[in-house]
Amino acid sequence: MVGIVVVSHSRKAAEGIRDVATEMGGDARVEAVGGTGDGRIGTSPEPISRAIADAADGNGVVVLVDLGSAVMNAEIAIEEAELEEEVVLADAPVMEGALNAAVAAGAPDATVDSVRMAAEDAQRVKKFG
Amino acid sequence: MDGATQAEAVREAIRACTERIEEERSYLTDLDSAIGDADHGANMTRGFTAAADRIDGLESEEPAELVKAVGMALLSEVGGASGPLYGGSIVAASGELEEGITAETTVAFAEAYLEKLQERGKASVGDKTMVDALVPAVHTYKKSIEVDGRDPLEALGKAVDAAERGVAFTVPIRASRGRASYLGWRSVGHQDPGATSTLILLETLLSVATDHLDGEVEVDAEAEGKPAEEGDDEGDAGAVEVED
Repeated sequence: MVGIVVVSHSRKAAEGIRDVATEMGGDARVEAVGGTGDGRIGTSPEPISRAIADAADGNGVVVLVDLGSAVMNAEIAIEEAELEEEVVLADAPVMEGALNAAVAAGAPDATVDSVRMAAEDAQRVKKFG
Repeated sequence: MDGATQAEAVREAIRACTERIEEERSYLTDLDSAIGDADHGANMTRGFTAAADRIDGLESEEPAELVKAVGMALLSEVGGASGPLYGGSIVAASGELEEGITAETTVAFAEAYLEKLQERGKASVGDKTMVDALVPAVHTYKKSIEVDGRDPLEALGKAVDAAERGVAFTVPIRASRGRASYLGWRSVGHQDPGATSTLILLETLLSVATDHLDGEVEVDAEAEGKPAEEGDDEGDAGAVEVED
């Protein structure tokens, strides 16, 4: 199954987003990572790399991020992960994108691209009408 | 300067940058409180303290290796956007110093640093970021050496002046990258913290380079009967590499 990683400045936010996403996409493998190594608000590349490795089962990984350093540190983590399988960043609102991705990852013919595109569809989410 | 002397200059530059960042911690935090998330002073202090510790534990006499270790420490320890920006760019550019520290290698380092910074941060001049201080500094350093034929110490002085003007330029403009961009027009009138820390590091490198080169030039001039240009380059560069 395509793995999903949720990266936020806050570990609690990342875990909360994972919980909401897996409530819909129950079977999806979603790793939550956030905050710095010493528990502050922020991000750091090593924990993101570990989360990517944990989410990877040979079918690729889609990474969702919140903002700023999360984007840049996720890029660095992907560059340094050196996995055989494909790891991509989705350009999407992290909460809605994670939910879309978790649902898409459960489809029988899911691929890294289909999951990434589902996540990026969240850019168009309208909450009223 | 031989490898060991260059390495010592690099170590001294890192220690000096760490001390200066610590001194400026609340100033950077105040700037970042106005238009950001108020963590720049703490993050930079944490990063540079980790960098200084790593350098102390590293027995290398290779400037490139020491500089790379600084970048790796910043990458892991900063936590905010300055981690990937400063750290990632230093790591990416450190390879330019493998042949040692000279006018040429420091220009190459500065250019590689700037290229990586812009690739990662996707900011341009005028976005109210560290790029506003760095672009004029790097261009001035390169031009001063390659076109105007200045020695590296003079070139670094010009680069610091250019960075200072870049920092002033961030005050009246509206942020369009980074945290401050969330404030829109309310970011106008505030000085950018990242541009400021860039200037602070460049000033520190200039001061370390000046200390090194003043002594060195005299000694070499006496020994060889002419101004010691090579010594100049190296000491200066020792600073420059870490600068970024």
